[in-house]
Amino acid sequence: MNIQYLPVVAVSISLLAVPLIILLNKKPNLREAVSLLAGVVKLGCVIALVPHVLNGEQIEIVLWEFEAGLPIAFRVDGLGLLFAFVAASLWIVTTAYSIGYMRTTKSKNLTRFYSYFAISLAATLGVAFSANLLTLYLFYEALSLATFPLVTHNGDGEARSGGRRYLYFLLTTSIGLVLPAMLYIYGQVGDLNFQPGGVLVDSGMSQTTLLVLLLAFVFGFAKAALMPFHGWLPGAMVAPTPVSALLHAVAVVKVGVFSILRIITGIFGTDFMAQVNWHEIVTWVAAGTVVISSLIALSQDNLKRRLAYSTIGQLAYIILGASLLTDRAVTGSSLHILMHAFGKITLFFCAGAIYVASGKKYISQMVGLGRIMPWTMAAFLIGSMSVIGLPPTGGFVSKWLLLMGALDARMNAVVVVYLVSSLLNAAYFLPIVFRGFYVPGDDPTKPVKMKEAPLWCLIPLWITALISIALFFLSDTAIRLIEVFLGVGV
Amino acid sequence: MSDVLTFIISRFNYWIYIVLMMIGLYAMIAKRNYVKKFIGMSIFQTAIILFYVSTGVKSGATIPILEHGHDIGHAAAAINPDHYANPLPHVLMLTAIVVGVATLGVALAVVQKVHDQYETIEEPEILFKLGQE
Amino acid sequence: MSENLPFLVIAAPLFGALVASLVGWARPRYCYAIAMVSLAAGLTAAIALLVKVSGTVSGYEYRLGGWPPPIGIQHWVDPLSALILVVITAVAFLAVMSARANLQLELPGKERFVYPLMLLMVTGLSGMTLTGDAFNLYVLLEITSLSSYALVAIGRGRAAASCLNYIIMGTIGASFYLLGVGYLYLKTGSLNMIDLRQIMIAGDMHGSQTVITGFILITVGFWIKMGLYPLHGWLPNAYSFAPHAASNLMAPLMTKVSVYVSLRMMLSVFTPDFLAVHALWAQTALLVATIAIIAGSLIAYSQTDVKKLLCYLVVAEVGYMAGGMWLMNRAGITGTIYHIAADAFMTCCLFLGASGLIASTGSRHIRSFRGATRRMPWTFAAFLVGGLSMIGVPPTCGFFSKWFLIQGAIEGGAWHFVAALIFSSLINALIFFRIIELAYFKDVEHEDDVSHPPQVQRNEAPWGIRIPLFITSVVIVLLGVFSPRVINWIERFVDSVGVT
Repeated sequence: MNIQYLPVVAVSISLLAVPLIILLNKKPNLREAVSLLAGVVKLGCVIALVPHVLNGEQIEIVLWEFEAGLPIAFRVDGLGLLFAFVAASLWIVTTAYSIGYMRTTKSKNLTRFYSYFAISLAATLGVAFSANLLTLYLFYEALSLATFPLVTHNGDGEARSGGRRYLYFLLTTSIGLVLPAMLYIYGQVGDLNFQPGGVLVDSGMSQTTLLVLLLAFVFGFAKAALMPFHGWLPGAMVAPTPVSALLHAVAVVKVGVFSILRIITGIFGTDFMAQVNWHEIVTWVAAGTVVISSLIALSQDNLKRRLAYSTIGQLAYIILGASLLTDRAVTGSSLHILMHAFGKITLFFCAGAIYVASGKKYISQMVGLGRIMPWTMAAFLIGSMSVIGLPPTGGFVSKWLLLMGALDARMNAVVVVYLVSSLLNAAYFLPIVFRGFYVPGDDPTKPVKMKEAPLWCLIPLWITALISIALFFLSDTAIRLIEVFLGVGV
Repeated sequence: MSDVLTFIISRFNYWIYIVLMMIGLYAMIAKRNYVKKFIGMSIFQTAIILFYVSTGVKSGATIPILEHGHDIGHAAAAINPDHYANPLPHVLMLTAIVVGVATLGVALAVVQKVHDQYETIEEPEILFKLGQE
Repeated sequence: MSENLPFLVIAAPLFGALVASLVGWARPRYCYAIAMVSLAAGLTAAIALLVKVSGTVSGYEYRLGGWPPPIGIQHWVDPLSALILVVITAVAFLAVMSARANLQLELPGKERFVYPLMLLMVTGLSGMTLTGDAFNLYVLLEITSLSSYALVAIGRGRAAASCLNYIIMGTIGASFYLLGVGYLYLKTGSLNMIDLRQIMIAGDMHGSQTVITGFILITVGFWIKMGLYPLHGWLPNAYSFAPHAASNLMAPLMTKVSVYVSLRMMLSVFTPDFLAVHALWAQTALLVATIAIIAGSLIAYSQTDVKKLLCYLVVAEVGYMAGGMWLMNRAGITGTIYHIAADAFMTCCLFLGASGLIASTGSRHIRSFRGATRRMPWTFAAFLVGGLSMIGVPPTCGFFSKWFLIQGAIEGGAWHFVAALIFSSLINALIFFRIIELAYFKDVEHEDDVSHPPQVQRNEAPWGIRIPLFITSVVIVLLGVFSPRVINWIERFVDSVGVT
């Protein structure tokens, strides 16, 4: 098969699975097997692309020409491939996890659930492989719409208001800010392709215009949850845990961050953006988000909400890194997409496992839980370490690169922000683990009985935890992919 | 002063049509009885018809029927457009009159239907009854 | 034969109307078949015309009865009018297809009046699209309007009362147009559109007060006819209280054809150069359109009656086109023309969906969408395609028209218009997601009892409504997917009239 069709297959395989999933409505085992199979094929396609991209091959395909010079097209590069790998591999794990979670919690409408999950993944990979801003925008919007039924899956009043907020935030910002900004650029430059040096270099736009465009994109891709457009993310935590895990720790939020990275590297171009007056404003907004969201996370008692605010902070990390515009910082932030994904999904899986096994949602209830669910809490520790950035987990590598990048940029304040935030991360995660293991439960006299989550939950969360550790040792390939994309050596 | 007068008088046909049109418009908007509103509508349309017809008039000209129509050979030389009023606006207005009559017919039929329904053709009373529904 | 295609497009529904009204006295149930056959013939002729025109750049003229202009009435077929004709006949075909199911429920026994009136209206609309004569346009406009007055008034309940204001406003609009044409005739002595254009250019009459007054009268007349916001008062009541069979036909087509004719006047008679001289007009029109879009969207958002809601959406969409045509750049005009086609199908889809909903639930309150995804999944899905297109979700056609309109507005520096377009998309999103929420969630209270799953009563719309509804929703998507070709087609016209 021609190599350039691989990205198309990778995107569309989960769409093709949807009719099958619907047809197998009455046979849950087969239905879930189809989901898993589609995930494996998807991941296989992505992995098969890796060597080609490392060789520096151009993999490009035009699907549909909308207007002369403005196609819907895919192009595979290192950054996109890295992101696609994250999404595709975690889809498989999450599907396995949701089998355990959804069956134990006796959720209904599972066919709908798996169908929209598959559509969301197609949209995510579409974003990852987009060759131009229009394609990216279309898949971005498709993702917003496809995830809405997942967020509101429970169908109760809370889910409905959370879902409404979710959609209003995402649609308002993307239609209100990104679309006009994109059209403006298209009108002025006539080119929306992502190019290494950016497309705006010779546009002759004024500094003010450029700044407005930059801010429109940074805030308009509200999936990145940069403050003050972060409100939808804690609200979306009403979704079932597998949804929160894959979509709101990985796919959806990372699509937002990934889009901003694309804008900075492909539309503005890092070198050109450095010449834009006031571009540091993005740095400061991101830095502020990092600190504030970490502080808010400290005060949250609902575990999933704490994780949500932690995610907001980590996403801002990535944008902060990209806004520094040095090679090492951009590499670090791209890498953090990968590292944070595995760490945070582990944490979400743990939160779901705790809820499934014990019905507990609040951190204050989790005293002494480490003795009841030792495996889950151990994995929680690994996930926390990765998000905090401690060796031997993957999070250390990306945070190290981000720190180095900040030093390269001579932004000492940013270095301080990174360090303070890591301390805060530790402050809001480690006590949970500590109190789980070392503080006795409600009734110390009662003998502690182990009551773990079902295996379908436990195995996936250990897989992601172990991968978090493995990534510490295997970060080379990922870094090489990013270097190919940036055309640099770190 | 006399200039203004000449200006007004020389274009008296326009002034008449404007006045008539305003009367019609006023009736359509301000009257509350629907039959009166439609009378206003008729006046409004008639004003436009008058305007058109008056544009075809030439001083000293007669109705546009050829005097020597049967004798083609001589007539071709004899036809002088100045002797005849412009026939085109008249022809157009025949159609416009038909349109106006048709509109009025439909309008009155609807008024009748409304009267059957609400037993009144006064706008405020109809609105009042609609509010009660 | 192919020379007479334009005649066929107009004559098929006209002839159908005559036959239907005659046959209807004796055998009313044949009316439907006659209407469908004549519209199918009209649609075929329109498509054939489109194919025929595809080879030419500026189209060709058709002389009714062979009389040469300016004595005879000239019809002019160019790529634009051929495209609009296809849209008109296709939408009319779909709307009339749904009429039987609607009439059986709503107005049994009135078939012999409704079908001829509908066909007459289609005749008028096609004629307005084809005619090359300004006065002839007036007559056809009134034919269309008269049949639509009758169609509205034939309904039950508040229909007749709301029709009275429709008649008054409609007549004022048409009279303004007639008066405007009178002024042009006074100055140029011609009524033929192409003749008018040439005389005005040759005589350098673009600065003349008479011509300017005529233009303003014509524009305002069409603003009333298309229901542009402050002049829209007649539209919501007339369309929402009309019988569903009638509003399915009127709502998609009447406003759109008025927009088309207005655009045709601006581009083909008055020429872009004339309009460019008076920059203030464009600013005013854009401002009015902006207000229309915002007001229409907001009022639509506050409605609880489904048909009223859709009517105010139409008011907002008219603002899109009334503003778009005044952008006077390539993208803006292209977007406007594309939107005429897109919006016709979108509105048709939504009105068909609403009439299907009303047919199966008996209520027109927005709450009757409750649980629609369970009760009528297919009807609702098709309705939703129209809704998504209104929001502007690709690949539906609504996205592409918005794309070009916004692009044109940005090029023209009309930022308030850009803001209005985006605002209206967002409000549409709110409206339709509120409906989705109702349809999706509002019957969950029964579901707590897992052991006895509720017996969901399937309550789809009648097939007579569902089939045209499905076709329309498919067309909406196809029009989006093939938008490059349609856009290309439109741009050929836009370039030929000299818009840059």
